[in-house]
Amino acid sequence: MRETLDPWPFVIAAYAIGVIGTLVLVGWSWLAMRRAERRRDGAGR
Amino acid sequence: MHGFANPKRFLSFARPLTPWLLALGLALAGGALFWGLTRVPAERLQGETVRILFLHVPAAWLGMAGWMTIAGASLAEIVWRHPLAAIAGRAAAVPGAFFTALCLVTGSLWGRPAWGTWWEWDGRLTSMLVLLFLYLGYIALSQATAREGASSRIPAIFGLFGVINVPVIHFSVTWWYSIHQPPSFSLGKSAMATAFQVPLLASTMGFTCLFAAVVLMRMRALLAETQAEARLRRRAREADGDAGQLREAGA
Repeated sequence: MRETLDPWPFVIAAYAIGVIGTLVLVGWSWLAMRRAERRRDGAGR
Repeated sequence: MHGFANPKRFLSFARPLTPWLLALGLALAGGALFWGLTRVPAERLQGETVRILFLHVPAAWLGMAGWMTIAGASLAEIVWRHPLAAIAGRAAAVPGAFFTALCLVTGSLWGRPAWGTWWEWDGRLTSMLVLLFLYLGYIALSQATAREGASSRIPAIFGLFGVINVPVIHFSVTWWYSIHQPPSFSLGKSAMATAFQVPLLASTMGFTCLFAAVVLMRMRALLAETQAEARLRRRAREADGDAGQLREAGA
């Protein structure tokens, strides 16, 4: 017989990983872009 | 497409588009996830675990769409020698790998209460894991070729070969026996209730906007790094030339 598991810890874990992971990806990409563009502008024309 | 080959022209549309895509993506994905978590009813058979759908399906779609982006960029690089194609391929690899990994993790979290197992070596799950390894291989290969100054056509060829796995993922549930359910959507038909369809569509559109924004930001970063290195090299050459002229004048 299969055990019945409380589904909420699995749902909350999936949402936490998805939301935090996506925000980290977006933030990291934004910071990398700003840093690279500042370096390019600092290197002059 | 060649109209955007000029980095200046690319930046003229990428700069204003990035914040709009970010704002739209955050609003749509955030709203859809909140809706999915709090407003959508529990499903008759799967109960509350069905809420993972609003993360799992967009992640699966973007994992495959990411590789299609790499394949399209690889084709543009090999056939038309499009100057931004290698940058576009490299930019799509990391978010594609992230969403593939997210699809595997959320699928595992869904599978444990729904199927009674974290993992099963069946066609759909295994082909998705292969896609993650393909991404990791592509990232390593493109970084190595960029670092060593080798031809960017090497990762492009890898990107084109890897696309074979995308139809395998899609048709795996119909080709082989699978514990994974068959597609809920096919052309013009849906096996899903409207209460789930609307937030799923909003979530998929929101995450797609975020994916596009991340690809644009990573393209801008890679382009800026290339331009900065070119400028620093030119300045170093000019400084060497000036020093040589001073030495000749002194002698």
